[in-house]
Amino acid sequence: MNIIVVGLSHKTATVEIREKVAFSPNQIEKPLAELIRLEGIIEGVIVSTCNRVEIYATTRDIAGGIARIKRFMAEYHHLAFEAIEPHLYSYHAEAAIRHVFRVASSLDSMVVGEPQILGQIKTSYGYAAEFKSSGIILNRFLHKAFSVAKRVRTETKIASSAVSVAFAAVELAKKILGDLSDKTVMLIGAGEMCELAAKHFLNSGAKGVMVTNRTFERAERLAEEFGGEAVPFESLFEHLHRADIVLSSTGAPHCIIGPKDAVEVIKRRRFKPIFFIDIAVPRDIDPKVDDVENAYLFTVDHLQEIVQANLAQRSLEAEKAEEIIDQEIGQFHKWLSTLEVTPTIVALRNRFDEIRRAELDKTLAGWKDLPPDAAKRLESLTVAIMNKLLHAPTSVLKQSGQGGRVDLYVDALRQLFELEALQRDDEELELEE
Amino acid sequence: MTHMFFFLTVALYGCAVAAYLACLIRTSPLFTLWSGRLLAAGFTAHLLSTIHLASKVKYLPLTNMQESLSFFSLAIVGGFIFFERKYKVTSLGSFIAPVALMMLIASSSLHPEVRQLHPVLQSNWFWFHALLAFASYACFTIAAGVAVMYLTQRYFLKTKHFGALFQKLPSLETMDDISYRCLTVGFPLLTVAIISGSIWSEQATGSYWIWDNKQTWSLIIWFIYAALLHGRLTIGWRGKRAAILSIVGFIIVLFTFLSMKHSITW
Repeated sequence: MNIIVVGLSHKTATVEIREKVAFSPNQIEKPLAELIRLEGIIEGVIVSTCNRVEIYATTRDIAGGIARIKRFMAEYHHLAFEAIEPHLYSYHAEAAIRHVFRVASSLDSMVVGEPQILGQIKTSYGYAAEFKSSGIILNRFLHKAFSVAKRVRTETKIASSAVSVAFAAVELAKKILGDLSDKTVMLIGAGEMCELAAKHFLNSGAKGVMVTNRTFERAERLAEEFGGEAVPFESLFEHLHRADIVLSSTGAPHCIIGPKDAVEVIKRRRFKPIFFIDIAVPRDIDPKVDDVENAYLFTVDHLQEIVQANLAQRSLEAEKAEEIIDQEIGQFHKWLSTLEVTPTIVALRNRFDEIRRAELDKTLAGWKDLPPDAAKRLESLTVAIMNKLLHAPTSVLKQSGQGGRVDLYVDALRQLFELEALQRDDEELELEE
Repeated sequence: MTHMFFFLTVALYGCAVAAYLACLIRTSPLFTLWSGRLLAAGFTAHLLSTIHLASKVKYLPLTNMQESLSFFSLAIVGGFIFFERKYKVTSLGSFIAPVALMMLIASSSLHPEVRQLHPVLQSNWFWFHALLAFASYACFTIAAGVAVMYLTQRYFLKTKHFGALFQKLPSLETMDDISYRCLTVGFPLLTVAIISGSIWSEQATGSYWIWDNKQTWSLIIWFIYAALLHGRLTIGWRGKRAAILSIVGFIIVLFTFLSMKHSITW
């Protein structure tokens, strides 16, 4: 049995193409049903996100299966095959396993380490499980992929650092102020970056927002949006000491906060630290503010530096993740190869024969007055019993031929008769996401 | 027996220190887990070793430098385990555990003075005084360790160096908080230790305060920490200033502890 992967991603196709071949999650039942009706395709899962559209399937006919899925992707969306074919990639055997493990671990993502992809695959698998398009192999395969992704996340720092400026600001604030749940953010001026950062701060648990702007109406509007408090620009310094985090991005030509103001603010705060982020160009906050004790000033450039460093860190961590994946592929591949029919029959036969021989030897060894041809007779008797016992399962296995059922039987036989001491990890990951 | 426990303690502390230092270099939940476990195991061995020694000599083993250093180290580790449980700051261990290990090694390099217990030490006030003094010293040691971490982190933030160590160290606010907690626990302990010490002094010498070096410096230490606590509570001294002061306080504590013998006992 073979696992195949056919799809396209942000690496091979532009968004215009990706959106054309995307499958809507609301109507995923229909394509899933059509997919497993394709000739030679036994199980199937469709993963469709804004960055990738991929089909995972099992088949006995690798080349035919891949070709049919490629055609299916074009035909289902009423597209010319030639239009999407150059963007499609396909993998089989070990490469397919590696690909899915990498995707689930977010190594193939646009932003390496972003956490959404795992949840998206879990959802896609959830649909396939619900509509019964995935069977024993893909079930095991995707659960394995989830556990690999979990391992990558806990054993490497791939997802632990901020890779956006707004998020880097939050991380930095936590390094200074600790828990943000009792901290207040002040927005001076309005700007996209500022608002985005403010949103991140609120999502990270910040207590409240104050907004000030030269045009008070705008401040009021923004304050309303954040459920915060609008402050007139003229009385900025009457309120500044209440803020723990100050985000500034006015269009002012001069600095609006100088070191003297900072000293005053710190004093009113009883020396509690304050975190300034200056997003404006030209700058709103005098660089000398950073020299004031307990005031910490950062500019966008600093945040950008952190982001760059984190990205570099992530690619280092990605190497560790690849090692983990290498280990896991071997294990899974071994399990997959046990699902072949013939070796299973041989193994089952050997197992029975082993038992037969052992028991026969035990009996003969303790038998003193053995009639001359008794040994031979007993031998053929036990062989006959064994063959009779094995006849039915062997022929059922051979006849069930293709289809998902045979994998089920093989797997069951392997487990029931302990045919191979395989290392199994059945941590069934819940599909709550 | 005591020896066996002692070597076990040194070995476990050694492994714990190695694990804590490894934590600084590499992030791994395994290192974090094992550094804590090893230190807790070391602490248990240390405690057993101390109890065993105490039951053998029939007094609390803190009457000479060798015993005292070991006891100091025990108190530091105990205090650290308490604070780590509360604040979950593994990186503190990378700064504190080596200090405890060094004290223990220094202690083992000293010769055990075989001698009779001085009669003036056979007072409950003395044991009470000594126990509290060590507990307060342990608090001040941890405060100083946190202060060093605070200054390091502050340096990174001011110079905009965001290296691996920056990521490992806790937030300024957390460290400030731990340091304050250490003070609020350590200072009352020190106060009661000085009072009980002077009662013992009265029993031993007939005078509550004899102005020997040890007493004088203890008073200086008391004033330093009193000033630090007062500054914090009234004008909100914190951050760099508080950190430097608690390091200075600790240096004087160490200096007093190591260099001055009690004129009453020695």
